[in-house]
Amino acid sequence: MIRAPWLGIAGIVLACSVSAAESRRAPLPPAYVDECGSCHVAYPGRMLDAASWQAVLAGLDRHFGVDATVDAATLAPLRVHLEQTARTKPTTAADATPLLRITETRWFRGEHDEVPRRLREGPAAVKPADCGACHRHAATGSYAERDIRLPKKETTR
Amino acid sequence: MRFAIPLAAALALGPMTARAERPADFEARFAQEARRADPSFAGFSAARGRTFFTTRQGGDWSCSTCHGDVPTAIGEHAVTGKRIEPLAPAANPERFTKPASVEKWFKRNCNDVVKRACTAQEKGDVLAWLMALPAKETR
Ligand code: HEC
Ligand code: HEC
Ligand code: HEC
Repeated sequence: MIRAPWLGIAGIVLACSVSAAESRRAPLPPAYVDECGSCHVAYPGRMLDAASWQAVLAGLDRHFGVDATVDAATLAPLRVHLEQTARTKPTTAADATPLLRITETRWFRGEHDEVPRRLREGPAAVKPADCGACHRHAATGSYAERDIRLPKKETTR
Repeated sequence: MRFAIPLAAALALGPMTARAERPADFEARFAQEARRADPSFAGFSAARGRTFFTTRQGGDWSCSTCHGDVPTAIGEHAVTGKRIEPLAPAANPERFTKPASVEKWFKRNCNDVVKRACTAQEKGDVLAWLMALPAKETR
């Protein structure tokens, strides 16, 4: 914290001013995209609740099989950003522990239950976490219905 | 919306603190470190770097698994499939210019591939090979 006094200020200003709903569709901060968008698209905060994000950030040294550690000074504003934009409805497993995967949440399964079978299994299957395969503007954090383009039949990935 | 700006500004500060360098600056620093670790250090070898890069080290992955056998070409993340821009400086001038980025990714990727930090000798060998690759190598 000593190295970055501005973090505290930004945190306080945000905490008392911006409602979660208001900041929800704000563009993703460049530092978040830099740190969390290099191995996959930067997933928007509103996809998981605050407890889930805390759990994700607590395990970055063994993050889904890879080392995604971020130094403490860089991580602090990312944590603030994710907590401020987090989903307000819980994203917990049946046993009430926070889910780490967006793709395992009830809301995600509900939104995606009509994805055609050919994209779920077989040679043309798309990994559910590869949001950008179907959501054209996923890299910028936009998931509007008008920007959905399912991969063509011939596509094998 | 007005209040989102301080956070955006705070978040933008991180990358701005990085100094721009050239690949040769990294090579010089790795050489210093290698000499400190081993007084008999005899320089870097592109051939050794290539072998290190393209060979698995006991785990499931080599560096090539994500960066390709010839890293002047575009790579693909082994798990997520995300596109990775070329690693060789001749093919991608942004490579080996940001100390924080280079340090971070060597740490992560060596952990994933060799299950430990890479030595200065290993990093220098890899860099020597990457720097020797011409922009348009096709194979
Ligand atoms: C070094 C690479 C790497 C970095 C950096 C990285 N991740 Fe990941 N992440 C992965 C991999 C690999 C997966 C698993 C993807 C899969 O199974 O298809 C993943 C999956 C995820 C998932 C679950 C996606 C799902 O299945 O619903 C979340 C959430 C996530 N990452 C958040 C983050 C956040 C937040 C950051 C920044 C702090 C981050 N990641 C940085 C590699 C990375
Ligand atoms: C295989 C293609 C595919 C992938 C991969 C995919 N989606 Fe979707 N998604 C869809 C489709 C199709 C819909 C539309 C559902 C509907 O309208 O009934 C949708 C809907 C959504 C919606 C609701 C949009 C709205 O306004 O109604 C969100 C949010 C969303 N997806 C987020 C994600 C995220 C986050 C990921 C990655 C973790 C992801 N999706 C991966 C196909 C996909
Ligand atoms: C699991 C996939 C994966 C593996 C395996 C992997 N890398 Fe990477 N590497 C990445 C990703 C993702 C990035 C960051 C994205 C980018 O910069 O395009 C990266 C970035 C780098 C960078 C940063 C260059 C710069 O200028 O910032 C270096 C250096 C690097 N990798 C070296 C290696 C070495 C050496 C190995 C083998 C020990 C290796 N990588 C193995 C995925 C991988």
